[in-house]
Amino acid sequence: MASYHLTTPLTEDAVRKLRVRDSVILEGTIFGIRDLTLIHIFDHKNTPPVSLQGAVLLHTAPSLKKTGNRWEKICIGTTTSGRMDRFTPGLMEKYGVRAIIGKGGQYQGSLDAMKKWGGCYLAIVGGAAAVETKQVVEVEKVYFEELHPEALYQLKVKNFGPLIVAMDSHGNHLYSEVRAQAEKKLPEIYKRLGIAF
Amino acid sequence: MVKFSYQLVEDTAKELYIRALKILPPDVREALKKAYEKETNPTAKEIFKTILANVDVADQEDMLICQDTGLPIYMVKIGSKFPVDGAQIAAALKEGAKRATLEYPFRGSSTHPVTRVNPQTSVGEGLPILFWDFAAHQDYLDILMVPKGSGSENMSAMKMFIPADGVGALKKFVIDTVLNSGANPCPPGVIGVGIGGTADLVTKLAKEAIVRPIGSHNHDPLFAKIEDELYEAINSLGFGPMGLGGSVSTLAVHIEWAHTHITLNPVAVNTQCWPARRARAKIYPDGRVEYGF
Repeated sequence: MASYHLTTPLTEDAVRKLRVRDSVILEGTIFGIRDLTLIHIFDHKNTPPVSLQGAVLLHTAPSLKKTGNRWEKICIGTTTSGRMDRFTPGLMEKYGVRAIIGKGGQYQGSLDAMKKWGGCYLAIVGGAAAVETKQVVEVEKVYFEELHPEALYQLKVKNFGPLIVAMDSHGNHLYSEVRAQAEKKLPEIYKRLGIAF
Repeated sequence: MVKFSYQLVEDTAKELYIRALKILPPDVREALKKAYEKETNPTAKEIFKTILANVDVADQEDMLICQDTGLPIYMVKIGSKFPVDGAQIAAALKEGAKRATLEYPFRGSSTHPVTRVNPQTSVGEGLPILFWDFAAHQDYLDILMVPKGSGSENMSAMKMFIPADGVGALKKFVIDTVLNSGANPCPPGVIGVGIGGTADLVTKLAKEAIVRPIGSHNHDPLFAKIEDELYEAINSLGFGPMGLGGSVSTLAVHIEWAHTHITLNPVAVNTQCWPARRARAKIYPDGRVEYGF
């Protein structure tokens, strides 16, 4: 359970060092992205207007307020990552993304891509958007603005975290480990409650 | 003196939505604090620390607790000594929810189910969701506002069992549903269970179950006992806060029930995330508004 303080963009070496249960705090720039943005990029074939090499992506649909050309943050939190699972391999292979921040985790295809390309999944505390919003210093830029609140957001962050490594580049998947342990307990629980199974 | 008006209902509906997004009910705070104290897994403890810090930051800096502003639900109870026009109340609640979204402003999360066009108002066809009930002998209008987030709502499940499956099948369904939800609904939250009724009623009962204060039990000891059994069972699964492992996997299990058909045995699960958000207002005929939870 090591702790890391990393600056973006992330290198492959930095990501390969991470193991599940490690904790990470980030500095630099991260990108907010979610369902519609990813459908726009992959299904509707629109190339991201900014380099995502070594990028850290955050699954979010922020509440922002636009005053003139400036985007002010109102509330930036994290959404469930399972819905965006099918895009992760493409993000890593094609665009060089190194880390996904989200909640709930992703599945085998994403885990395989993380192993192959050197990526990881960083779990944030879902629902803790007040803390998260404070850790975002500034909304630097909004790409694909017409998709707001599901555009591509460039966010400057400071002391962003703590994030828990929940999927690493060595094939470890913390959610699956936790689930496997829970499943082992099921027969005993059913028995206690008199449930036939 | 302010007198009751439908404009007052609209203003209150707006205020309730914003309050629900910012001020966590005291029972939920208490349950989260206890969970932090009880938790022994270091990762889980760290998560509870962030959760508690988040509640404090939202209080101190007047911020939203979570970015998912949810779908607005208003559960309305009309006192029998308070004759009002339901249609005007419905219109006022819709306008209030819309104004909260546009005037605060926060992200509107409602969308068209086919075109996926987001009107950015939190309302739309069939929204806000309205529950109607009546309170005998009361002289107030009671409105409970619940912004329902999708992380937890997406994990809802309902099943029509048959009488031969017995009550064991219902308990197993609840445990399995919670296990399959894993980390997605931002655990540890409140697990709402509906038992009995029809397909629609059982689902509604599960929703009514999630808004009960933590620490409350079903009035019927038979169902209170099942609540305790399921609470203990789910917390022994060990998936912990945010599904990353730990000893506290749920803050409460609540059951609401109804009689059902002799051939039916329905069960529904509605999950609520750890910020089990809700805000209540009682509006009196003299225009007084009392806020609570």
